[in-house]
Amino acid sequence: MEKWSRFNIASVALGFGFLYLPIVLLVIFSFNESKLVTVWAGFSTKWYSQLWHNQGLLDAAWVTIRVGLLSATCATVLGTLAALALVRYSRFRGRVLFSGMVYAPLVMPEVITGLSLLLLFVAIGLDRGFWTITLAHITFTMCFVAVVVQSRLLSFDQSIEEAALDLGATPVRTFFAITLPVIAPAVFSGWVLAFTLSLDDLVISSFTTGPGATTLPMKIYSQVRLGVTPEINAICTILIGIVALGVVVASIVTKRREVQREKDERAAVAAIG
Amino acid sequence: MAKLASALMSRLVIIIPYAWLLFFFLIPFFIVFRISLSETTVAMPPYTPVFDLAGGLAGMLEKAREFSVDNYVWLTEDALYFNAYVSSVVIAAISTFLTLMIGYPIAYGMARAPRAIRPMLLMLVILPFWTSFLIRVYAWIAILKPEGLLNQFLMAIGVIDQPLIILNTNAAIYIGIVYSYLPFMVLPIYSALEKMDHSLIEAAQDLGCTPISAFWRVTFLLSLPGVVAGCLLVFIPAVGEFVIPDLLGGSETLMIGKTLWNEFNANRDWPVSSAVAIILLMILVIPIVYFQNVQAKADSEGR
Repeated sequence: MEKWSRFNIASVALGFGFLYLPIVLLVIFSFNESKLVTVWAGFSTKWYSQLWHNQGLLDAAWVTIRVGLLSATCATVLGTLAALALVRYSRFRGRVLFSGMVYAPLVMPEVITGLSLLLLFVAIGLDRGFWTITLAHITFTMCFVAVVVQSRLLSFDQSIEEAALDLGATPVRTFFAITLPVIAPAVFSGWVLAFTLSLDDLVISSFTTGPGATTLPMKIYSQVRLGVTPEINAICTILIGIVALGVVVASIVTKRREVQREKDERAAVAAIG
Repeated sequence: MAKLASALMSRLVIIIPYAWLLFFFLIPFFIVFRISLSETTVAMPPYTPVFDLAGGLAGMLEKAREFSVDNYVWLTEDALYFNAYVSSVVIAAISTFLTLMIGYPIAYGMARAPRAIRPMLLMLVILPFWTSFLIRVYAWIAILKPEGLLNQFLMAIGVIDQPLIILNTNAAIYIGIVYSYLPFMVLPIYSALEKMDHSLIEAAQDLGCTPISAFWRVTFLLSLPGVVAGCLLVFIPAVGEFVIPDLLGGSETLMIGKTLWNEFNANRDWPVSSAVAIILLMILVIPIVYFQNVQAKADSEGR
């Protein structure tokens, strides 16, 4: 085993410093007493308590959470199906087009996706608002779910499934009894990813929204344009906290499951031996 | 019967996501294309109707004769749009290069880290990606402002005595793009480097390669698929980026995502913004198809 050289340690440390410093500064200045976000004037939580009296902001947060929960759940179902279709069926008519439609949204500039979805909603005469944002979010987040689940399915030992089928289980039962438990961590992280992408989206929401449906990023964006304030730092800190908590919980759950699985496997081997 | 049911199930697994993507992803592009060919009106929606299904085929043919390429002609005549396209591609290319320069050493360092801490490092790279894009861009405003934290710091340690003007320049856009897209560059390169067999380097050195030429001829070459995937993941979305040029860039910065947004929201000119989107898509179609091939190849290798 080669040593971790100083150069490598330095580049990783500098890289992480670059990635985290701006976020850390933002969090620190959300507790600033002064209205300026660049001059420290003492610790205070007043910006947080002010948030609770900002009705517009609370409404936007509620819309965002509802859109996120609904769209992440639908996107997880659709994305998991898409991943199954891509991994399990190597040949079907239009597969090239299908895989293209799964990968393209990953890199498609948001302004194009947003504009095209809006024009679709107008063409079919759908009233714009909560539901159009949700449909738009399902569409672009399901592709991220598909990629996450797909990578898990590719490393999945299909012979267990075949065994279940040989023993007379129906495909549906096999899926729920064998496949789903194995890919569950990936499906779960796909859901969390879809939820945070939805929570975060500004451009697609702005295009597809209608009167009465303002999401939190839209609200933040319109305030940011007027200037940087500690109040926005406070909202951002809360959002970062929620996401960090979610990711940490998700990784602990995944870790536990892995440890459990290894234990089970060892127990099984011991029982045979 | 059970066989029939299972055949139907396997069909549904394909059909449901397929139909969804056709309807919500592919068809909208045809609508955008169609509207880009129509005239601007002041009505709501602000364009002449696209599909008049009631008119039947004859009606559609009638409509087809009214197609006009005026919007495209107008775009080519106005230097503003041409410059916006060119500068978007240039800014995205420079930012992609900078992201590669910064991302590669990070990915390399991670891949050489002790095996035990690699999952943690990986998690730390992914984590910022989960926090809001808007928030991460916003965080840079307070840092880059003339009276911001970076200038305060540099003046305090005596490197400069006049604040640097960074915010609202192209430099701020580069910083914003590099920062926001760095995980997209690091992850594919890391996964390519991690798989690499380190004994290859030793073999190259034993055979008389200098460390530098061993790096170029072995390590870099083997990580090339990761480099290509990373560059595409940064370059394509960066060309159409809106939030970063809008919040960090200046008024003289032209980027096509911002132009499209303004055309749509401020001027309410839907046909012209559709034409802008179609041309942007045509610029990006080659890298996007290339990206899909890279992805599809990676999948078939993983199989």
